[in-house]
Amino acid sequence: VEGAMQADAKIRTESATESGPRGPSCSLRHFACEQNLLSRPDGSASFLQGDTSVLAGVYGPAEVKVSKEIFNKATLEVILRPKIGLPGVAEKSRERLIRNTCEAVVLGTLHPRTSITVVLQVVSDAGSLLACCLNAACMALVDAGVPMRALFCGVTCALNADGTLVLDPTAKQEKEARAVLTLALDSVERKLLMSTTKGLYSDAELQQCLAAAQAASQHVFRFYRESLQRRYSKS
Amino acid sequence: MAAGFKTVEPLEYYRRFLKENCRPDGRELGEFRTTTVNIGSISTADGSALVKLGNTTVICGIKAEFAAPPTDAPDKGYVVPNVDLPPLCSSRFRSGPPGEEAQVASQFIADVIENSQIIQKEDLCISPGKLSWVLYCDIICLDYDGNILDACTFALLAALKNVQLPEVTINEETGLAEVNLKKKSYLNIRTHPVATSFAVFDDTLLIVDPTGEEEHLATGTLTVVMDEEGKLCCLHKPGGSGLTGAKLQDCMSRAVTRHKEVKKLMDEVIKSMKPK
Repeated sequence: VEGAMQADAKIRTESATESGPRGPSCSLRHFACEQNLLSRPDGSASFLQGDTSVLAGVYGPAEVKVSKEIFNKATLEVILRPKIGLPGVAEKSRERLIRNTCEAVVLGTLHPRTSITVVLQVVSDAGSLLACCLNAACMALVDAGVPMRALFCGVTCALNADGTLVLDPTAKQEKEARAVLTLALDSVERKLLMSTTKGLYSDAELQQCLAAAQAASQHVFRFYRESLQRRYSKS
Repeated sequence: MAAGFKTVEPLEYYRRFLKENCRPDGRELGEFRTTTVNIGSISTADGSALVKLGNTTVICGIKAEFAAPPTDAPDKGYVVPNVDLPPLCSSRFRSGPPGEEAQVASQFIADVIENSQIIQKEDLCISPGKLSWVLYCDIICLDYDGNILDACTFALLAALKNVQLPEVTINEETGLAEVNLKKKSYLNIRTHPVATSFAVFDDTLLIVDPTGEEEHLATGTLTVVMDEEGKLCCLHKPGGSGLTGAKLQDCMSRAVTRHKEVKKLMDEVIKSMKPK
């Protein structure tokens, strides 16, 4: 199909921060992203982080039901489908997190009384699922041409019992960790857009994770830019 | 005239107050509404608590029942929270299956229970592999005026402190459980998680304990759940405007002081209760 440009940008990213007293090992897994792979949605993207893979599709700006319309903004809707089973309360909670993150960056006031729907399908889950969903949603929104004030990315940090920090943990590392923090950062000022955490941790550890996530987000944003450059340079 | 201005331009109306570092109801930016708690009011429940945060009213009732323990953890019991936002509390909720707000709140409470380890699930086991307690925690909102998560967490904590479980022994001959209603004991509450919610205005200003209107006008919300050692059980920030690390630090310090206030209030109420 004409225009179905596929940007397969495989970049191995490694960020080694200087080891403090705890010596964190920071390295993100292998990333890959494909855009415009589905024909019906206005924008689509598939994001791979290691073995975790999420497929996202964006429809919009499109017609909105009168009961849901907002007079001066676009109505954003996020649907998250797990790999197996029916969506439950946990999915609803994640949908709310992703939706509020998208609402903070999407310029909804340019398309009042319309709806923008983001549909996410979990293809495989090997740790850091929510971060992968956020990245896929961002890439799909870019592919659909939805106006945004910034890009956003998701980063997961796992804190082990001895205090070491692991970025982008696998499912096994998440299970063994004392705390798992998923943070969404924006591309302009690296501010914290969304956070959801599991487990117990201290205030200082939170600041440490935030700093590590900000450093890691540099790599993710560079990856976004390079994959888009590669895609548009072919046309 | 002020009422007219408030209807037409609610955000501007609010900004006028925020410029003077206060809010329409007279509170400072870091001040909580009057918190009242009533423990043990529902006699048919094993534990109950009613919490009022200004106008927001939330009641939590806990019932304990028997169940077979999960097969992958035969020495653990269950704690099943459920937050219900009925049409009674606000005109925005309709009757029917739980809406998104209620589901998100239920998931939040489940996460707080799981992360803070408020009770050890092993304490709920009666006989490994055969019988254990399941605590059904029903949290119902009676009046929705913002900051529902703080009120629900406090109500849950107070109700759990009020729960008394009877002693259960397994009769060896019949294999049935025998309940001794005369001998009851309190649950072992290991930590006291307290939630503090903030609303972000215009991407810069942080106010504590938002009312319903303030939540509607805010550009983002943040809830911090802290236990007594200053450890964070949950940092729930569902999107909204970005925050820097320094702003987060301010939120943490406010959460620490709030924890002390809430703990003091709860201890006073429990001490003042007459034993059953």
